Amino acid sequence: MSAAGEFTKGFIKQNPVFRIVLGLCPTLAVTTSLKNGIGMGLAATFVLVGSNVIVSLIRKAVPSRIRIPCYIVVIASFVTVVDLVMAAYTPQLHKNLGIFIPLIVVNCIILGRAEAFASKNSVGMSFLDGLGMGLGFTFALAITASVREIIGTGKIWDLVVLGTKYNPVLLAVLSPGAFITLGLLIGLFNLFEVRKEK
Amino acid sequence: MSAKLTVTPSPHIRDDLDIKKVMYAVVLALIPSAIGGVYFFGLRALVIIVAASLAAIATEAVCQKAIRRPVTISDGSALITGILLAFNLPPGVPYWLPVVGSVFAIAVAKIPFGGLGYNPLNPALVGRAFLLASWPVYMTTTWTAPSRGSLSGISAITTATPLGVFKYVRHILDNPSVGPDEISRANSYLAQLYSSASLKNLFLGNVGGCIGETSVILLLIGAAYLLIKGIICWRIPLSYIGTVALLTWILGGQGLFHGYPLFHVLSGGLVLGAFFMATDMVTSPVTPKGKIIFGVGCGILTSVIRLYGGYPEGVSYSILIMNITVPLIDRYTRPRKLGEVKGS
Repeated sequence: MSAAGEFTKGFIKQNPVFRIVLGLCPTLAVTTSLKNGIGMGLAATFVLVGSNVIVSLIRKAVPSRIRIPCYIVVIASFVTVVDLVMAAYTPQLHKNLGIFIPLIVVNCIILGRAEAFASKNSVGMSFLDGLGMGLGFTFALAITASVREIIGTGKIWDLVVLGTKYNPVLLAVLSPGAFITLGLLIGLFNLFEVRKEK
Repeated sequence: MSAKLTVTPSPHIRDDLDIKKVMYAVVLALIPSAIGGVYFFGLRALVIIVAASLAAIATEAVCQKAIRRPVTISDGSALITGILLAFNLPPGVPYWLPVVGSVFAIAVAKIPFGGLGYNPLNPALVGRAFLLASWPVYMTTTWTAPSRGSLSGISAITTATPLGVFKYVRHILDNPSVGPDEISRANSYLAQLYSSASLKNLFLGNVGGCIGETSVILLLIGAAYLLIKGIICWRIPLSYIGTVALLTWILGGQGLFHGYPLFHVLSGGLVLGAFFMATDMVTSPVTPKGKIIFGVGCGILTSVIRLYGGYPEGVSYSILIMNITVPLIDRYTRPRKLGEVKGS
């Protein structure tokens, strides 16, 4: 696959959330507002790019039997960096995302890319793959969060869009709303794929 | 091969009963309660029932058109969803609420799963749960008193439904720090709830509550029709109501065996739920043994929510939770084939 292909595949064709259905825990938990969604997505993207590059660099030095613990150490280091940086510069966002920042360590997308891609490909390709997948994840979080925030509060990014008379559907920002919204969005994505193949 | 020798898989017994006939029999059975709802709560109730039904039918038609499936609104199942959803709403809700609830019930709980026959959860109850989670204020504070009675069915209180009063009394009696005045007041409320005048109001429907759930007698008329026609079976309603009666008798009072089961059986949405929603053919078990398990499970959950939970009433959540277990129940109660050896 070309370099451009490695970069763009994460957006639609192999979107980690809508197509591969990975990383659902943060997708369900933090998408109550667009701000949280994008914050989470960018944090994960940073970790993903960093871990992909390092894992690709050390791919020949790591014995395959202990590769998973090695990847986890690499990923955990980047998560610690993100955690501390966010606590310092975006304290409110850090507070909103709470436990889900440390939990990026066990995010399936990151370990999945390390195992499936970075451990077998060059540093440059791994960088593009991580960036594309990370932005695809951010894109998925942003869509899910926008739908939930608009329906559930009538606002988007603190901007009132549905008028002051709108009576918000509280369920959309509660946990069942996350499952229903994500389910319908995955269905919608499948529909587009099926239509495109025809 | 000769035309007389047709080889077909089972079923071999033919009847002219079809989906349409079953559904319209259920609609017919719900009519007495609908009339009762309008009688007790006024024309508002009628508008809500009609709005919910039309919205359910329209949503089904639009969704089926959108996914290019045959439009099956004439089978009456969407109509039943609309009526049952309206029956589960307080009479004072704004008119857009039943419409939104019906749209959600059909467009999220029914069509995406494959339409009639494939929905794992009762659509009307999903609609109610959705409305309760989204607009709790409308769903729990817009009770209106029946035209010739009081909200609680007893004259002392005009601000809560019978189960709401019961919840309040439980709260006072379970709380050791309240003063003796409050305890004696709570005990007097309880005595009034259990009085024959209050039970008569509950039986006739002369109390506050959701539109279609209050009148036990009218619901029983419809249920009797369905039982005689063989459309519903006695197993789920009987095991459901029996379990609630037993558990509220054992656990419903101060100390064991001091509860008053008749109050619990007559109040809230139990009779409506047990006869018309727990028996939904799509979302309840098919085996006789499974039906009993399903009913007992609903009864346990309803009793636990009423006696210990945060909500005064738990019928709709109980049925929804048990709906999820139906595939499992059906699998474990599958009848053995003739000659099959146990454990093989």
